Amino acid sequence: MGAGVDRHRRALTTGALAAPALLFTAVFVAWPLVTILRRGLVVDGVLELPLDVVVSRTTGSILWFTFWQATVSTVATLLAGLPLAWALSRFSFRGRALLEALVLVPFVLPTLVVATAFAELLPPTLDHTVWAILLAHVFFNLAVVVRVVGSFWATLDARLWDASATLGAGPVRRFRTLTMPLLAPSLTAAGAIVFLFCFTSFGVILVLGGPSFSTLETEIYTQAVRFFDLRTASTLALVQLVAVSATVLVAGRLERRSAVRLSRRAPGRLPGGRTRIAVVMVAACSCAFVLLPPATLALRSLDSPTGFGLGNFTALARETPVLLVAPWHAIVNSLLYAAAATLVALAVGVPAAVAIARGSRLVDAAAMIPLGASAAMLGLGFVLAFASPPLELRGSRAIVPIAQALIAIPFVVRALVPTLRAADGRLREAAAVLGATPRQVLITIEVPLLARSLAVAAGTAFAIALGEFGATVFLARADSPTLPVAIFRFLGRPGAENAGAAAALAVVLMAVVLAVVLAGERGLDRRRV
Amino acid sequence: MNRLALPAIVLALAVAGCGSDGQTSTEVVLVTHDSFAISKEVKQAFEQESGLTLRVLQGGDAAAVVNQALLTAGKPQGDVIFGIDDNLVSRVAEARLLDEHTPKAASELAPGYATVAGSLTPIDHGEVCLNYDRAWFREHGLAPPKTLDDLVDPAYRGLLVVENPATSSPGLAFLLATIARYGSEGWQGYWRELRENDVLAVDGWEEAYTQEFSGAAGSPGRRPIVVSYATSPAAEVIFAGKPLSKSPTAAIEDGCFRQVEYAGVLRGAPNGDGARKLVEFMLSERFQAAVPASMFVYPVRRDVPLPEEFTKHAIVPETPLSLRSDEIAAGRDGWVQEWTGIVVR
Repeated sequence: MGAGVDRHRRALTTGALAAPALLFTAVFVAWPLVTILRRGLVVDGVLELPLDVVVSRTTGSILWFTFWQATVSTVATLLAGLPLAWALSRFSFRGRALLEALVLVPFVLPTLVVATAFAELLPPTLDHTVWAILLAHVFFNLAVVVRVVGSFWATLDARLWDASATLGAGPVRRFRTLTMPLLAPSLTAAGAIVFLFCFTSFGVILVLGGPSFSTLETEIYTQAVRFFDLRTASTLALVQLVAVSATVLVAGRLERRSAVRLSRRAPGRLPGGRTRIAVVMVAACSCAFVLLPPATLALRSLDSPTGFGLGNFTALARETPVLLVAPWHAIVNSLLYAAAATLVALAVGVPAAVAIARGSRLVDAAAMIPLGASAAMLGLGFVLAFASPPLELRGSRAIVPIAQALIAIPFVVRALVPTLRAADGRLREAAAVLGATPRQVLITIEVPLLARSLAVAAGTAFAIALGEFGATVFLARADSPTLPVAIFRFLGRPGAENAGAAAALAVVLMAVVLAVVLAGERGLDRRRV
Repeated sequence: MNRLALPAIVLALAVAGCGSDGQTSTEVVLVTHDSFAISKEVKQAFEQESGLTLRVLQGGDAAAVVNQALLTAGKPQGDVIFGIDDNLVSRVAEARLLDEHTPKAASELAPGYATVAGSLTPIDHGEVCLNYDRAWFREHGLAPPKTLDDLVDPAYRGLLVVENPATSSPGLAFLLATIARYGSEGWQGYWRELRENDVLAVDGWEEAYTQEFSGAAGSPGRRPIVVSYATSPAAEVIFAGKPLSKSPTAAIEDGCFRQVEYAGVLRGAPNGDGARKLVEFMLSERFQAAVPASMFVYPVRRDVPLPEEFTKHAIVPETPLSLRSDEIAAGRDGWVQEWTGIVVR
């Protein structure tokens, strides 16, 4: 009987943990999406299933391209990110924290700005090819792999590798039979996010691919906004939703399959010899890859109309006809919005992750769907659903962090779940037997184990919110632009001053994310001591 | 259950925030596109004169904004919509998006501009024109092109960058210009020749102008001819950050396409009175005179002179190409798909 009460109580707690994510997704994703899809698919009260659109050859070829570019991008990003995740999670060396923060820089940069840097770096023959798309996807998503896999890798016990080496396993064998199986849950978690980002890719396809490449998302945008064909757009959005749900289900299954025991452990000192050379090379190559585009931007920001120097930066304090406020206001707005969004993302994402780790698949789907829902349709859905009471949010300041949090929540969840799942269940049970309430278990056992992953999740959520453009440009008020929005406004005008202001603001954006993430890591380290 | 409280608080905050920011009769909301700009002085002039606070909602480009307005027709997000161009006029008329309203100042409109259907008031006109990089042509000892016909000349091979009409408003205007020039049966041949001549199509004006066009300040671009606006050369001077006697770029008179932008009072506007005041103000001398400097388009009042930078560095094409809005409405989607087949696939 006691077991029955326990189970009941446990189910109740899981329900309470699940509630924020379910409510959030229902209100801010499901409702607007259903509203807009109904407008597109229900004619005179009858639901029409436009099979002609689903089975058309155009849809088929778009779906195929969307799928394969996302798959190749994901594999490439995992391959590129793994060495860096290894170097950062297993060893401590000088500049490690900086490097860890640096990989987040691409995350905050607007696609248009990165595209300009790519255009300068890439040979013209690669411009507007699928290679440019793939390269950009790796560049933008490297942080996902490094941070999700890295934060998990750091909790694995290094003695396992030492033991297997002692027993005579070579590096290849160790990688295949030990490293890969152990990392599998976090690789799946990172892979799922990267896949969804690339599957719904919009800016990269338009800007770096050009008109000859269409993904489902670009086609939905074209159909809905250009041709006012809500029927086709809604159908394609449904196709995308089905594909995304399938991905989430498969990834969830793979992620659950393996869970290993974790212990909290500080990274080891960098050994000498071949390992040292490997770490240095990995760090250098990744650094070059991540830093080259931002470096060209930084160089350009110094090239002001009045000569080489800080002219573009000092000009940020002056009023301009392009914005209603002096450009530096955008820095303050960005910080405030991103901080609020991070709080919302953690408030919703952390309980959701605990619920998922305890087996709630519904929450798993609810937390991931925002990544896969069509942003174009969601935007239109927001306009329809929140334009009038009961939730008249359009034009309110709160809508900006909410939209930013929607995109950050899946990341918070995926960064936490593998660690949570691997946390020793027996600890929890023992605590419960000794009379701890579920809340005490959460605070005294789960949260400390999570500290590292939590910091990673918070930092990344902040970076995502800071760089969010697609929804923010559409929701932020004209008198409170964020940094990416201000950059976009400047890029929309001819003239050296505007190009200079855009470059300077991009550099400020990078500096802000570096400063905040580094400060966060430092705070975490100090707590540990 | 205290965890349930968090999202509830967020929602409550959101709704409360909305309550304090929400619409009252002392506020008028302008729904418009990303290119809208107004200076602080002009905004304050309106607010003092009318006793209203002006709030601006920008929701993407003109097509996206009209799209959103159509979705919320009758229960609009604001009071006034601005930025409806000839391409979108028929969609707006069909959906009965606007209330009838003709401002008093409509009698001051320059010849060739008129209110449409009693509800659309012209506010400005933009001219989509080819621009070229002066220095590039000087250095290469080549005469810049003068006409649309010149662009298919092998001498200009690989020099032109245009925008995709499916995703860009100037891109659509340039496609319409070629249809106006070569006819609904002839434009396809022209574009096939342009393709033969290695035209580059990109998705947006920003990429075309700031990344592919060699004449824009700070651009890594390599192509010296781009589809932009008649006023872009003046903007290069105004935003140069230092005094320039001559613009680094120039607009080509031939092949320009005129886009008139309209404003109207949204049907069901929470503040209809304020809406009419705002449209009236947008046609006032004060607002019209500021239109070139803030949005780089031309005023539609006959009595408003152009600022000096514009008379010196920009052109106002005398006989721009144009199509009737009903012709555009009937042909547009088919033309864009046909264009994609010819140029992209």
